[in-house]
Amino acid sequence: MPQNEYIEEAIKKHGRRFDHDERKRKREAREGHKLSKIAQSLTGFKAKLYNKKRHAEKIQMKKTIKMHDERDNKQKTGQEPVADGAVPAYLLDRENQTRAKVLSNMIKQKRKEKAGKWDVPIPKVKGMDEAEVFRVVKSGKRKSKEWKRMITKATFVGEGFTRKPPKYERFIRPMALRYKKAHVTHPELGATFCLPILSVKKNPSSPMYTQLGVITKGTVVEVNVSELGLVTQSGKVVWGKYAQVTNNPENDGCINAVLLV
Amino acid sequence: MKHTRDEHKHDLHTQPREKEILPQQPGERYVKPKVAKAALSVALEERRTQLAGATVVAQLISDVDGTALGGRLALPAATTVGQLAELVNRLTATAATDAVPYAFYVDVTDSNGSDGLKDGKQESALASSLLDDVLVGRGVSAELGLVIRFRPQAVFRVRTVTRCAASLSGHTEAVLCVAFSADGTLLATGSGDTTVRVWDLDTSTPRHTLSGHTGWVQMLAFAPDSRVLASGSTDATVRLWDPRSGAALGPPLRGHTGLVSALAWEPLHRNKACARLASASKDATVRVWHAPSRALLFTLASHSAPVACLKWGAEGFIYSGSRDKSVRVWDADSGKLVRVLDGHAHWVNALALSTEFLCRTGAWSHDLSAKQAREMSQDEALQIATDRYNKYAAQSGPAGKERLASCSDDFTIFLWSPTEGKKPIARLTGHMQLVNHIAFSPDGRTLASASFDKSVKLWDGLSGKFIDTLRGHVGAVYQVAFSSDSRQVLSGSRDSTLKVWDLATRKLKMDLPGHADEVYSVDWSPGGDKVASGGKDRVVKIWRH
Repeated sequence: MPQNEYIEEAIKKHGRRFDHDERKRKREAREGHKLSKIAQSLTGFKAKLYNKKRHAEKIQMKKTIKMHDERDNKQKTGQEPVADGAVPAYLLDRENQTRAKVLSNMIKQKRKEKAGKWDVPIPKVKGMDEAEVFRVVKSGKRKSKEWKRMITKATFVGEGFTRKPPKYERFIRPMALRYKKAHVTHPELGATFCLPILSVKKNPSSPMYTQLGVITKGTVVEVNVSELGLVTQSGKVVWGKYAQVTNNPENDGCINAVLLV
Repeated sequence: MKHTRDEHKHDLHTQPREKEILPQQPGERYVKPKVAKAALSVALEERRTQLAGATVVAQLISDVDGTALGGRLALPAATTVGQLAELVNRLTATAATDAVPYAFYVDVTDSNGSDGLKDGKQESALASSLLDDVLVGRGVSAELGLVIRFRPQAVFRVRTVTRCAASLSGHTEAVLCVAFSADGTLLATGSGDTTVRVWDLDTSTPRHTLSGHTGWVQMLAFAPDSRVLASGSTDATVRLWDPRSGAALGPPLRGHTGLVSALAWEPLHRNKACARLASASKDATVRVWHAPSRALLFTLASHSAPVACLKWGAEGFIYSGSRDKSVRVWDADSGKLVRVLDGHAHWVNALALSTEFLCRTGAWSHDLSAKQAREMSQDEALQIATDRYNKYAAQSGPAGKERLASCSDDFTIFLWSPTEGKKPIARLTGHMQLVNHIAFSPDGRTLASASFDKSVKLWDGLSGKFIDTLRGHVGAVYQVAFSSDSRQVLSGSRDSTLKVWDLATRKLKMDLPGHADEVYSVDWSPGGDKVASGGKDRVVKIWRH
């Protein structure tokens, strides 16, 4: 092991030998030949390591060359292309411009509604069988009757809903699992709003769940977006839009949804 | 007992179970009981029949200079607006052929001395008769003395625009500015695709595509004689075009180092050749050019932030508003700074001049045909423009002065009398968001302001008093424009609609949906027959009656 910087010290003291530069140049000139000889003669694991190193070096070299080329080209053309997203002078330099684009026209939405198909963020959802959604409630004096069901998932009930008398109430929707609002994310704005739910449009598992207002992951609900100030092509304010539920409300205690644009 | 139980059982089976669980349909509305309304109208009808033969004591006062016309008059309550106008014309000894229509505003002088205005708004103009509007509509006692202010209106009437006559597509990027020429025969639009397009208004087809800019075209301005079109762009140049032939008039005017944000031509009555052009830029300077020789005359540089707006006044001053919060007044001949109007607490967004319509239209007025205007010699045009301006300046009091309004990001508007001093006439507050654009009505009596708080507000153009708020847009309002008869105002908004408002009733007159995206720019042609709008959907729309 060398002790201290004795080589540098010697160079400082006595200088280099007179033919140092020439020798250096010749060594560098021979470098290629030397590497080539090594590359040809190496075998086995050492060859593998060597080739890998050489490969990485070549990639780096090519990248550097390309970068230099690009810089040169740029100087030739000189002009930058016109930027997109033109705005008038009075909107320049204004920050926090939330872009409420005119989202979709009503016709499109109606057509989709007719077909009963939406291009939704969560296209495939796990099916929910009745055993999972409903819990059998025993009734009768001897608890022998089993025609009542309790819904174990989050539900939406309309505004003026009153429960039926116990005798006629086949499906019980527990108060604790009823929801009126959903956290709806606008995918283009990237913002989330807490919006009132208007109705359950479709629960993909079963039409019966749709009627019952059961909200599970993947359910399409209609939300009131009048606060967002979206407008249709005819200038009317949009107030009902569909959103798809993205979480499991029964586990999370809240409803998260993404707006279908 | 048994029977009933059976019945229930039966019910349970037949009744569809879904019924109880169907979600309630939303959107049920509260229906106002009709009885109360009917009773109210009966009461009004009763009052109307009671007062039909009554007489009211009224004093006519001119709204222009505040002088009383004649003495106190005993008028039958059933006097209509038409009859009042006839009376005023008779009293001012105007010949029947030159009769001027008037708008009437009624002030009530009650015993408390209050002016009877509610929540600061001014009452709207009389619509039908004293009886219907004042005695029945506002419930004023027939025994109180009325003060009737009359205000002359334009002798012509612009029919409101009701439909989209043409959608002109061609631009490949958002349309940023639209401008009608002074005589209303040409329409030019500038876009983010770096081109300016000139459209044929008779056939609604493209006439010329003027390309040359290398940045978004931000601003267009026709010279008052409509012979030259200037365009300013983000590439920091101003280009001049011949709008009729579509040819570029020489190379661009270079000199600015930032994007060109505003352009203003010298008014015709001060220079018959319409030779000088001022341009404001983001590099905080205003440059004045001599258009025919393409020479830079002088640079006005004392703003310390980008200049956002620029106007060339009728009295030989150039006004510039900047993001350094000040409005500066420059002498247009020497380029000297005359005064600095301070007061705003944030960026100044737009300026408006009471003489703007005069400066813009130059020699053109509604009684000239387009051909006459085109073939007019420079001296004739100068004569007509000077006469028009002198007529404006001859008005007594503040009405004849040039007034400047500036609006700002600090939610306020200032009204200045920039030729007289640097003290503002009024500070107009009330907007809840930044005020983006303002416009004076062509008669200079009303000021409209467009704000990001989704409302348009109307202000008195002389005193700055608040008149009313026009609500209806559901997005930020970007621009406003007046019809040339000062009876309607147009607003373009981010909610993709245009709306026309009536100044007399202060109500929405026409809703014009049709754009698919934000409306960036609107213009009402000086002739009043067409409205043009352009926006983010890349389509230029022309609206007419």
